[in-house]
Amino acid sequence: MATKVTTPKPDQLVTSIDFTPPKTGWMDTPTIIKPGTFCWGAKGKNLATVEFPNARDWNPSDQDWKLPENWQEIFLKGMEDLLGKYRSFKVFMDICVRCGACADKCHFFIGSGDPKNMPVGRAELLRSVYRKYFTASGKMLGKVAGARELTVDVLKELWYYAYQCTECRRCSLYCPYGIDTAEITIMCREMLNLLGLNTDWISGPVANCYMKGNHLGLEPHAIMNSIEGMIDDIETVTGVRVNPSFNRKGAEILFVTPSGDLFADPGTFTCMGYLALFHELGLDYTWSTYASEGGNFGFFTSNEMAKRLNSKIYAEAKRLGVKYIIGGECGHMWRVLHQYMDTWNGPADFLEVPVSPITGTRFDTAKVLKMIHITEFTADLIKHGKLKLDPSRNDDLVVTYHDSCNTSRGMGLLDEPRYVIKSVCNNFYEMPENTIREQTFCCGSGTGLNASENMELRMRGGFPRANAVKHVKEKHGVNMLANICAIDRATLSASMDYWVPGVRVTGVHEMVANALIMKGEKERETNLRGEPLPGKEGN
Amino acid sequence: MTLETFLSEKKPAIAEKWFHLILATYPADTSNFLKNQKDRFTNPVGHTIHQGIEEILDELIHVVDIGKVSPFLDSILRVRAVQDFTPSQAVSFIFSLKSVIREELEGDKNFAVSPGELRELDSRIDSLALASFDIFERCREKLYEIKANELRRMTFRLVQRANELGGEPDAESPPERKQ
Ligand code: SF4
Ligand code: SF4
Repeated sequence: MATKVTTPKPDQLVTSIDFTPPKTGWMDTPTIIKPGTFCWGAKGKNLATVEFPNARDWNPSDQDWKLPENWQEIFLKGMEDLLGKYRSFKVFMDICVRCGACADKCHFFIGSGDPKNMPVGRAELLRSVYRKYFTASGKMLGKVAGARELTVDVLKELWYYAYQCTECRRCSLYCPYGIDTAEITIMCREMLNLLGLNTDWISGPVANCYMKGNHLGLEPHAIMNSIEGMIDDIETVTGVRVNPSFNRKGAEILFVTPSGDLFADPGTFTCMGYLALFHELGLDYTWSTYASEGGNFGFFTSNEMAKRLNSKIYAEAKRLGVKYIIGGECGHMWRVLHQYMDTWNGPADFLEVPVSPITGTRFDTAKVLKMIHITEFTADLIKHGKLKLDPSRNDDLVVTYHDSCNTSRGMGLLDEPRYVIKSVCNNFYEMPENTIREQTFCCGSGTGLNASENMELRMRGGFPRANAVKHVKEKHGVNMLANICAIDRATLSASMDYWVPGVRVTGVHEMVANALIMKGEKERETNLRGEPLPGKEGN
Repeated sequence: MTLETFLSEKKPAIAEKWFHLILATYPADTSNFLKNQKDRFTNPVGHTIHQGIEEILDELIHVVDIGKVSPFLDSILRVRAVQDFTPSQAVSFIFSLKSVIREELEGDKNFAVSPGELRELDSRIDSLALASFDIFERCREKLYEIKANELRRMTFRLVQRANELGGEPDAESPPERKQ
């Protein structure tokens, strides 16, 4: 017989646990530092190598962060200095009207749902301290004026969220006042640096780079050895033995790329792409085992450190007497070079305006920097019909392109990579408009957040990008995600593995070399990864 | 009327209430965004949850074929597995469906459900919950696997060259290797 049931109330069903978060204002909602979202603290020896303050081993999950006694004074003095030095920082602290236009534009907010990851929320964490110590209303009215005391807990919160921002600048695109939260994070990290609050994943590479020229601390023989391995692999695949030179004085061009390309898959295949292309062109270029890192993790610590690490690029160009520099496929390397190198290490008046020796094109856009991006160089070659290409060798690929935040928003390199990809692949599909070009979503792991201990954070931040990839996979069968950034190549591989299995990751020049018909090559059976070319599967 | 017909008729209301209950597990500012932002690329979490529960409900109303329903549970749990939830919090949204359905039953004076049917429905929801725990666990395991793979990718060539130089015979060469 049917009976009317007495129904338990919703909350009676899951009585023991309350899943509804407390409805407190952000200042009263304490920040809990959770495993999976933060990177390990820096090691004292790495901080000492570069003479960073408060060098000691420390662990963010410990209660005691081993701060100097006068930490508050140091932090506030640092803030005062930066406010005086950078007008933009002062303006960004003052002018936000909390309109909320940026609120839902950050991949970390979108993926985590944590309101302190809204760009306006992230900035407010620091702004509240600014108000307390640097504005009359904040000094007098305190909390009513949105001001708060800089306590140890507040410091920890600042640290936690400064390392949940990839300085991607997506939010700044939507702010009617042009407030760039990335710059606020940069300033915040610089102040935290004064207290030795660096992460291991950043300070290790910084120390290595300072001592050996690259993030991994590879010495010249290890670099040459790795490239020799690639030369063997290129010969196996193409039958052509390429013959690059190292540290060669008098070469026309110096080539600088992130060290990830030398050792980390799939970047290594991109690197083979550069080697094959330059060989085919007979380019008069050299590698340097000293300027062996295009990336610059110093940029994630302090302006001064970034400048120190970057100086080797012009210094090496000068020592070798080259005419100009070509840079490989990297993201933040280009942001740093494009926006800071001339001010930091210039003027590069010993170099010439880059002119392609193959096409005669003069790259006037690089008149000051004297350095061009390899996709600019290759796009120009293709435009002038200088490469013999067989795109059908990439017919097993259905490709989409991820704009790295740095090359797109940081330097406006939008069309060259696309032009190159479309010239070497027959199947290309764009992701939705609001996720590409200037509006691109970050990979979720930039600015030194690509460690493994913070994998949950990386996956949250990577979700909006991955979600758009999933869409083109379902709609067009996309199976390859191309990009021009070494960090993307590493971190998007992880992100795809979690969110969109079946989509792999590639640099653009890997596909160029696969399509490139080289003089004297044998009939190719496989691509650079050693997988059969389309139509050769049975061999 | 059978429970199946009842649930089919009430599906939009159930989906809506269930969606709101799930969103209530997020802070207020966030749940507003998850609820109101309709662009699926700007709001992938809201979109994934919304789409997932529609599909799960479709299955639940009839018979639960775990094989069919798994991808939809997976899409929601994959998100919650990397957010600030404990395993029980992450999976709790399945149990909240019981209360949503009971509220609908209570609110409708024209339909009285038989205890047998209700028990059967509860056990279907329980089976979804059990499957959810497994899926959640797999997502967490995947994260560990990704960490290990990433390390391998980062150092593969270094190790390979070191082995070659040291004469180790077992170094694979990339041309034979599949990623
Ligand atoms: S710069 Fe990028 S990561 Fe930082 S708050 Fe803005 S959108 Fe988020
Ligand atoms: S969009 Fe600009 S003004 Fe509006 S809340 Fe964000 S930072 Fe402030």
